[in-house]
Amino acid sequence: MDGISLMLDGEASDTLLPMHLRLSWDGSIMHAGPTIRKILALEPHRRRRFFDSFEIRRPAGVSDLRALVEDGPRRLQIALRRPPLTTFKGIAVGGTGGSEILLNLSFGISIVEAIRDYDLTSSDFAHTDLAIEMLYLVEAKEVILDEWRSLNTRLAAAKMAAEDQAYTDTLTGLKNRRALDRVLSDLCLQRQPLGLIQLDLDFFKTVNDTFGHAAGDHVLQAAAKTIVAGTRADDTLIRAGGDEFVLILPDLTDIRRLQELAGRLIDALETPIQFGGETCRISGSAGIAVTSGTPALSPDTLLERADRALYASKKSGRGRVTVYADDLPKLGADKL
Amino acid sequence: MHGLVNRAIQCFVRETYGNDVWQALAAHSDLPAEGFETMFVYDDAITARMLEGLETLLQRPKETVLEDLGTYLVSDPRLDALRRLLRFGGETFLDFVHSMDDLPRRAALAVPDLNLPAVQITEMSDGVVRISCACPQDEAPCGFGHALVGILRTLADDYGALVLLEHDGVFDGKERLSVRILSTEFSTARPFQLSARP
Repeated sequence: MDGISLMLDGEASDTLLPMHLRLSWDGSIMHAGPTIRKILALEPHRRRRFFDSFEIRRPAGVSDLRALVEDGPRRLQIALRRPPLTTFKGIAVGGTGGSEILLNLSFGISIVEAIRDYDLTSSDFAHTDLAIEMLYLVEAKEVILDEWRSLNTRLAAAKMAAEDQAYTDTLTGLKNRRALDRVLSDLCLQRQPLGLIQLDLDFFKTVNDTFGHAAGDHVLQAAAKTIVAGTRADDTLIRAGGDEFVLILPDLTDIRRLQELAGRLIDALETPIQFGGETCRISGSAGIAVTSGTPALSPDTLLERADRALYASKKSGRGRVTVYADDLPKLGADKL
Repeated sequence: MHGLVNRAIQCFVRETYGNDVWQALAAHSDLPAEGFETMFVYDDAITARMLEGLETLLQRPKETVLEDLGTYLVSDPRLDALRRLLRFGGETFLDFVHSMDDLPRRAALAVPDLNLPAVQITEMSDGVVRISCACPQDEAPCGFGHALVGILRTLADDYGALVLLEHDGVFDGKERLSVRILSTEFSTARPFQLSARP
């Protein structure tokens, strides 16, 4: 004969199925396995009614237990009626010609909260249950995820620091040419109105030749500080190389204001710079170009225009500012 | 070798012998000065160099250092997560020892790249439990068994058991340990709740 026809005493059934219930058809709990008793805080000899403590969520609308098993074993989702409203998976089977229903429960995904809610230990589960492995996995996953999160944070910080370094001119702390390309192309793509100033130091070579490279470096740093002090926080200040600086001024397209700003910077740069007992004197020449964003000029066009204006400043005596105009000579082989 | 192993050794050295010794070891054995990342996988040769370097710098045999490492892994309060994960293996110390042959698979569930050596548990007729762990086939250093001695001795304490534990040596490419459980209730076991959070 197929199936199990075996008489199990209390100890055997409790060991095999610590979360089972034996129910009579009228809904009384004839016996509950030890873990269910723990969960329900059942006193051993008091009879409870199944539907007082439990609710059958799936299938819906079951009030007659007999109907539950009439057509064979049934898969159920069951919940406790009172907090913490623990949910269970269940299988209900009727014995052949018997008057009782055997309902075996397990936690499913609710096991993690259930362990906490009922202070369960490994002895509350059948030896064959995967509960312990599941809890191990949940805990191991948390530990490893923590490590990954921590690594990600460190990598993100390192990436930012590396990017920052890639865009920085180490001597002056300003941005470098790589940053110039990046920022200008971003702003032009976004069709942002902006003002561009190309500012070259005048007589810097003389300082280097007369007082040495340490003095030259100091002068560059002083010039950078001057430029920073004379501009806004949102402006991008670039040392494009040697004694060449580029200033990107978002939203500043007023020619007069740009001229005044450049003029003030040149005045400030003409303040003598002390180094090692020597007095270094420089000045600056500037070229200005603007774009309103409509139409947006390309970075190359903007830079070329500012460059032509700068060249005009140098050619006409240095220490001055020139604004781009279409009739300025194009830069050719005679560019200084 | 997985970064977890290298980092475990790194932290062990720093905690036990101080940062100066770690820096000396990093310089001596050409290790990354900023330390190891737990989630990376490194060349086996690095771990081998690290252990050789430790032997030289500390003037103590590798086996002793590895045993101390094992002890550290399960007794340092900051590594409680590891001690807990190991305790999932068994309710009693004997259960735990028997679960050791699952150790590589349990570890792999948590960290797939962590290839722990295969472990075999045999209960001998005289009540001694023999633990064999295979030496790695590749460049990775052989010595897991010694770390295991430290781990098992400390965990026995954790379980409240009194045990005799020996590393018998290497036979046939496998490290051999012998465990005799003298008492399972020698002292109060450290409590272990299945739920990590309070």
